[in-house]
Amino acid sequence: MANKTIAAPASSTLKTQGTALQRFLQATEIDTRLLGMVGALLLIWIGFEISTGGLFLTPRNLWNLTVQASSVSVMATGMVLVIVTRNIDLSVGSILGFVGMIMAITQARILPPLIGFDNPATWVIALTIGILLGAAIGAFQGMIIAFLSVPAFIVTLGGLLIWRAAAFLVISGATVAPMDTKFRIMGGGADGSIGATASWVVGVIACVAIVLSIVNSRKQRKRFGFPLRPKWAEYFLSITGCVGVLGAVWVLNSYYMPVNLAKRYAELNNIAWPEGGLQIPLGIAVPVLMAVGIAIAMSFLTTRTRFGRYVFAIGGNPEAAELAGIKTRWVTVRIFALMGALCAIAAAISTARLNAATNAQGTLDELYTIAAAVIGGTSLAGGVGTIAGAVIGAIVMQSLQSGMVLLRVDTPLQSIVIGIVLVMAVWLDTVYRGRAK
Amino acid sequence: MTQHRTPLVEMKNISISFGGIHAVDNASVDLYPGEVVALLGHNGAGKSTLIKILSGAYKRDNGEILINGEPVQISNPRDAKGYGIETIYQTLAVADNVDAAANLYLGRELRTPWGTLDDVAMEAKAREVMGRLNPNFRRFKEPVKALSGGQRQSVAIARAILFDARILIMDEPTAALGPQETAQVGELIKQLKREGIGIFLISHDIHDVFDLADRVSVMKNGQVVGHARTQDVTKDEVLGMIILGKVPPGAIAGPGAMQTA
Repeated sequence: MANKTIAAPASSTLKTQGTALQRFLQATEIDTRLLGMVGALLLIWIGFEISTGGLFLTPRNLWNLTVQASSVSVMATGMVLVIVTRNIDLSVGSILGFVGMIMAITQARILPPLIGFDNPATWVIALTIGILLGAAIGAFQGMIIAFLSVPAFIVTLGGLLIWRAAAFLVISGATVAPMDTKFRIMGGGADGSIGATASWVVGVIACVAIVLSIVNSRKQRKRFGFPLRPKWAEYFLSITGCVGVLGAVWVLNSYYMPVNLAKRYAELNNIAWPEGGLQIPLGIAVPVLMAVGIAIAMSFLTTRTRFGRYVFAIGGNPEAAELAGIKTRWVTVRIFALMGALCAIAAAISTARLNAATNAQGTLDELYTIAAAVIGGTSLAGGVGTIAGAVIGAIVMQSLQSGMVLLRVDTPLQSIVIGIVLVMAVWLDTVYRGRAK
Repeated sequence: MTQHRTPLVEMKNISISFGGIHAVDNASVDLYPGEVVALLGHNGAGKSTLIKILSGAYKRDNGEILINGEPVQISNPRDAKGYGIETIYQTLAVADNVDAAANLYLGRELRTPWGTLDDVAMEAKAREVMGRLNPNFRRFKEPVKALSGGQRQSVAIARAILFDARILIMDEPTAALGPQETAQVGELIKQLKREGIGIFLISHDIHDVFDLADRVSVMKNGQVVGHARTQDVTKDEVLGMIILGKVPPGAIAGPGAMQTA
């Protein structure tokens, strides 16, 4: 085929010389930046493990870490798109607060008189209203940015003040509680986890998906005669992926229900309380599943769809994107609408977790979200960023926080450390980019 | 000879002003199939602005555009592409952070039956087109940022010819290139011309222009000084048109011609 002859010279360039590590990285096509971030995360974990005397890398702490990171992680995936297009969204924490409050009012005050208490549809209605509201707020801000050309920094700075105040005003500053029982599942905890068996099922499905996607991409490359990864690299990637996923499931399954919760569970299910206590694995928490699902969906959106391609093209060269016939303004509106919807999902997670909505909910989350995206390698200059990086960034931020709590570091000092880490991460990134040129 | 056919493009009495400055003032140019028309003039003479009206980047204030004799409305780059007008911009309008194939198909991505991007098919086609244009081009996986000026230029040109353009606008296509690459672009222009594509070539290097163009249109201060077939005028006469606005006997004077006292 004609394609073969064109591709042929490229395959020879693939076998370049270099050290064993370079050859390995080239063969597996692993993103070195991402690898660096995972390495940094592991260093942080090991550092805390040693300094806390073995408290950090326990199933319990890691389980909590995943739950705590999920809300910011959800928003960080959207923030990547915002920052990639050279915008910023300072209003996400306030949108979270406002939308969370509206969802709470919907399910605790408005719906019970209408459809009864603990109606199975309550959580769906509340969440739908929240997502629509979040998307509407985001789209509104996006339109001001795109069509009235007000800088995103200013529009969302306004949003930061407005939506926070709105969260206060709608209910005169009251705290709304409790949440619907089904809604609370989104917050994690003993009821909001899927248990050991289901977790293993999820893990196995993920492994199958990893292998299938590697096989599929190899097939696609073959179809057009592109250079293939060496066989061993494909096996290596498949095995590493599966071991990673199953390992994570194993860790999460090793965290058992705390004793008093397990006792209640035993009573409810008429199980006799055995001598050594019941060991009921919690498995993957629902908010973590949601965050992972959203991360996968967002990765798909950014790498496999037109919309994602346009987002990156606009970030790389807005003028070129416009000249190529892309409706850049509408893409901007859609990005902010998506960001708003993700804020609503994050709001659902955090109100469900707290079992209440307060007007202060999500305060400073905009900064954690931006920091997660930036630590994850999203460039504020635009055009560069990955969803996976942002998720790792969110985990890094949460690891620092929870590690310092375990070390009993004072809150102000925690903020100082996180601030320093943020600046250092961006500096390292600049150095990396400078070298890469 | 060509004058009896319908022009591929006719821009009639085009004007556009930015904040009171007449960037283009009552300018008319035309282009026939298989013809290269060079637009000449100093920086700021209005060449690029005039051509950006045709490519949909700017909206004209006055005048009309006819394609194959039919008046058309071009209000954005998508409209222009719909009429088979492709543009290679002076500023190399490529998105630096994505790879060559993504740039080639920017705005017109190939998609799989599921509506997702068909990257593999796009890359295959990109390899084919680039193989024809610049056989030494290998770096398909890297962002365009990592490429040399010439390679980036070949990406920009490949993008323009990928979609069966009928009218090609090249704004200083060789400005960023070395001598060898410039020669390549010259060859390419001749090849496209044989295929019946009409080309507007914007340049301020008149040596280039005399090699490639069939006709020249000279602009000065936003107005057309005049136009001429390259065989009817000398380089010095064209220089006179560019610098002084003086129209030689072999050329047809436009509204911007120097008023002879």
